Amino acid sequence: MTPLLQVTHLTRRFGGYTALADVSCDVAAGTIHALIGPNGAGKTTLFNIVSGVLRPTTGTLVYEGRDYTGTRADQVFAMGVARNFQQVRLFKGLSIVENVMIGCHARMGGLVRDLANLALPKPATEIAARRRALEMLELVGMGSRTTGLPQELTLVDQRRLEIARALASTPKLLLLDEPAAGMNPTEVRELAELVRRIVALGITVLLVEHHMRFVMAIADTITVLSAGRIIAQGPPDVIQKDQGVITAYLGPAP
Amino acid sequence: MLLQQLTNGLMLGSTYALVAIGYSLIFGVLRLLHLAHGEVFMVGAFAGLIVVLWFSLGPFAAVFGGLVVAGILGIILELVAFRPIRRRGDNYLAPIVSSVGAGLVLQEVMTKLFGAEQQGFPRQFAGAVYDLGIISITSTQIFIIVVAFASMIALHLFVTRSRLGVAIRATSENLEIASILGINVDFVIMLTFAIASALGGIAGVLVGLNFNAVSPFMGIDMATKGMAIMLIGGLGSIYGAMAGGLLLGVGEVLSVAYLASSYRDAFAFGLMIIVLLLRPRGLFATGIGEAR
Repeated sequence: MTPLLQVTHLTRRFGGYTALADVSCDVAAGTIHALIGPNGAGKTTLFNIVSGVLRPTTGTLVYEGRDYTGTRADQVFAMGVARNFQQVRLFKGLSIVENVMIGCHARMGGLVRDLANLALPKPATEIAARRRALEMLELVGMGSRTTGLPQELTLVDQRRLEIARALASTPKLLLLDEPAAGMNPTEVRELAELVRRIVALGITVLLVEHHMRFVMAIADTITVLSAGRIIAQGPPDVIQKDQGVITAYLGPAP
Repeated sequence: MLLQQLTNGLMLGSTYALVAIGYSLIFGVLRLLHLAHGEVFMVGAFAGLIVVLWFSLGPFAAVFGGLVVAGILGIILELVAFRPIRRRGDNYLAPIVSSVGAGLVLQEVMTKLFGAEQQGFPRQFAGAVYDLGIISITSTQIFIIVVAFASMIALHLFVTRSRLGVAIRATSENLEIASILGINVDFVIMLTFAIASALGGIAGVLVGLNFNAVSPFMGIDMATKGMAIMLIGGLGSIYGAMAGGLLLGVGEVLSVAYLASSYRDAFAFGLMIIVLLLRPRGLFATGIGEAR
């Protein structure tokens, strides 16, 4: 079976600085794929390239067997690649439900058709978008917090809200950038359950995370980046024993 | 007397508000001043005049004509004066200059077609004056107030109730994130220009009806007032533009009534200075304007 996402020989330079050097990795459909590595390893850069925010300097991106290198971010989103942000980025002027509704745009006929529907008193797309937004809030465990503004929520709930917003687009690939950051052990356990529920819906998850126990518990495959290069790739039990990975994290053995 | 002046001010202010909303909408999504917006207002007024003169239709058709022509003109200006520059990377100055240029072209074209003189806008209502005891109001005034407020209510419902409106608000807050979340921001920007310009066109026809005259240069004064109102109301705030427009309209009428008519513009900008001294971000601070 061809992988859902294939990243091939990807290099990204910022001026003279090489953030990613010849990175290749496959994300198999229906799995949880974790991306780990020390700070500055290029994890977020890779996320930004996969989601179309940045363009690679060289290399190709293939999604569902189709080359989409250089595609605009909103079109990548429309293809079914949704994401959250390491620094939570919600719309402060929009209510909680409206924030999630934003995620529905791409997959529900698009804005152009909305314009035609505007003449109707209650367009079906409007009702469907609101219902879907409420379902997604329920899924991430925020069914009781649907009114009000996002900045009234705790940081953990803001992270959940971002995941709900990403899910509202019915993605096939969900990119999660440090979803467990700032969470206590109970919340991390809840997050792990949520990620498993998401995968059970048939959504593939690619995540960046520093919380090692969380990663080792849920990931099917782990890719380890260090200084822009892949230093190891494989299932959690193999990665845990890999000498190169231990050296990258802890420094060489004395 | 005071109530009568307030009514007159409300009528004038509602047309100001329609123009100022346009500046706010466009500033919201692009963080740029659209300096041809006054000319869009003017072209809308002429479109209304043409509907009345050439097609012998009534005031509602004139408003509709102004709305449609200005809305289309807004889209054209977006495509010609803003989008090509945006494609070539961020530049704050170039779109401002290109929109000034577009405005001059529109003034010249209208002068060529209709002459530089004022054109009479035929009276659309018989001179009925309704005496409501404390105030008296003409049919024209009622028409202007009803159309202007109906437009503002329609806009409010659109931005709060529809997905497209939510998309416009999201794009105003952060264009980049909106794009990452699948919103076609180019389409949203074009739509915003269309709505902003359509409201400006409505205002043009209403002003033409009010003063029974239109001219290719009527947009110049309106543009400076519209921008002053945007600052009074708060950059990019639709409701600030509504409140600021009404405030300025009432203030201007009162200054003419109780001070001297030659000070009306000084009063308008004096009001702007006072508001900005007390509330530097305007009445409805949005927080946009410093970011990005």
